[in-house]
Amino acid sequence: MRDFAYFFKKEIERLSSPQPQGISADLALVTGLKSGDQGAMAVLYDRYSSLLYAVALRVLGDTGAAEDVLQEVFLQLWRKPTAFDAARGSLGSWLSVITRNRAIDSLRKRRPETDIEDVILSVSPDLTGNVERASAAEKVRGVMGTMAPAQRTALEMAYWEGMSHSEIADKTGEPLGTVKTRIRAGLIALRRAFQG
Amino acid sequence: MSAHEQYADDLVLYALDALRGEERARLDEHLATCPACRLELEQLRGDTALLALSATGPRPPQRARQRLLDAVAREPRLPSVAKASPRRSWWGALGWAAAAAVAIFALSLWRENAALKAELRQDLLAWRASASQQELELGQARDVVATLTASDAMRVTLVSAKTPPQPQGKAFYLRNRSSLVFLANNMPPLPPQKAYELWLIPTTGAPIPAGLFKPDERGSASVVNPPLPAGAEAKAFAITVENEAGSPAPTTPILMMGTGE
Repeated sequence: MRDFAYFFKKEIERLSSPQPQGISADLALVTGLKSGDQGAMAVLYDRYSSLLYAVALRVLGDTGAAEDVLQEVFLQLWRKPTAFDAARGSLGSWLSVITRNRAIDSLRKRRPETDIEDVILSVSPDLTGNVERASAAEKVRGVMGTMAPAQRTALEMAYWEGMSHSEIADKTGEPLGTVKTRIRAGLIALRRAFQG
Repeated sequence: MSAHEQYADDLVLYALDALRGEERARLDEHLATCPACRLELEQLRGDTALLALSATGPRPPQRARQRLLDAVAREPRLPSVAKASPRRSWWGALGWAAAAAVAIFALSLWRENAALKAELRQDLLAWRASASQQELELGQARDVVATLTASDAMRVTLVSAKTPPQPQGKAFYLRNRSSLVFLANNMPPLPPQKAYELWLIPTTGAPIPAGLFKPDERGSASVVNPPLPAGAEAKAFAITVENEAGSPAPTTPILMMGTGE
C-alpha cells in the first residue's frame, strides 16, 4: 500500500505545473454557493455579468428585459448550484447557454422549457479570464467572418432570434434541408476552430 | 462511438433549443436510449456557447448587481442537499451497496420516465394518474443521488484504525441499463488543467471513457451515468489523470483500478 501511495504522489507531482487555475477557481466559488456564501455570488457576478448581459441584450434588444434575464439566471444558479456539472463545460459557457435560452424564451413570451439541470454541455474553452474570453471571442468572430453570408445568417437567426428551421426556411425561401445543413455546418466549423 | 447520422441535423436544432413538436419528442425518445447522441448533443451545446462570445455591448447597469445581491440575501440557502442523516453510515460496505442500488434503480426510473411520457401522451387521463407517482419516484431518485453526490454530505469511510486515509473509489455498474454511479474519496488534488478520467475496462477491446471528475476540497468526487455504449461488459474500472478536456484513450499510467467484488 505504501508503494502505491508513493507512486500516486509522484505521479501527481509529475503532472503538476504552474498554470492559472481559472476553472478551478470557479469550482471553488460554486462550492461556496452550495454552502450559502453570498460573497461567492458577487465574485461570479463580477466575472460573468458582462458576457451574460451582452448575450441577453443581443437577443432581446431591450436593456430592462436583458437585466431581468440576467437576474433570473444568477438567481437560478444561487438556488440550484448543484445543477452545474463541473465535469462538463466551464461555468461561463454553461451560464451563457442558459442565458441565451432564457432570453429566447422571454423574446417569444413563453415559459422556460428547459430546466437548468438538463443543460449539460461538453468541456469548452476556459472563459474565466477577460484575456481568455477576448481571445476566444476574436476567434469566433473570425470563423463567422469566413462563413458564406447565407450560412452565417441561418446560424444567427437560429441562435440570436430563436427561429426554428422551418421559420428560417420561410423567411429566406430556402429548402428546409438546406437550412438544417447550413446551421449544422456552421456550428461544426466553430467547433473545429477550437479543436485545432 | 459516434452519433446516429440520421439525427445529426436535428441534434443541432435541439442544442439550439429550436426543435419543436413531434420532431423534438421523437428525438427525446431516441436520446433516452442512445449515449452517443447524448454525447454529441452535449458537444453541440458547447459549440453553441461559443456563439455567445460574439455578443458585444455595454456592461449591465450598476443597480443590477445590487438588485441581485439583495435578492440573494432574501433567499438564504435552504438545507435541501444536506438532508442526509449523519447517523447512517452510507460508506459502510452494506450502506454503499444499498444506497447505490437504490440510486441506480431510481435513475433507471428517471430514464424510463422520459420514454414513458411519450407513450402516455396519447392518453391524458392515464398520464395524469401516473404523473404524480412518477414525480414521487423522481423526487426520491433526486434525493438519493443528491445525498450520494452532494459536496457537503458527510462521508465516512471505515478502515482499520492504523491505516492512513487512502484514495478510494467505488463504481456501481448495471450493464443492462448502461448505468454507472461512481463515488470517490481521499483523492489527491489535481494539477491545473488536469482531471481524473474513469475508464470502463471491457472484457475485450480498448478501455472506454466513463467520465471525468475533479475532487472537491475534501477529495470527494462522483460521476453519475456518464455516456456509455449499450451493454458494455466490464472486466474492471480504472482511473488515470488526463487533460481536463478528457482523452479517448488513457495516456498516463493507471493510478487506481478495481475488478468486480
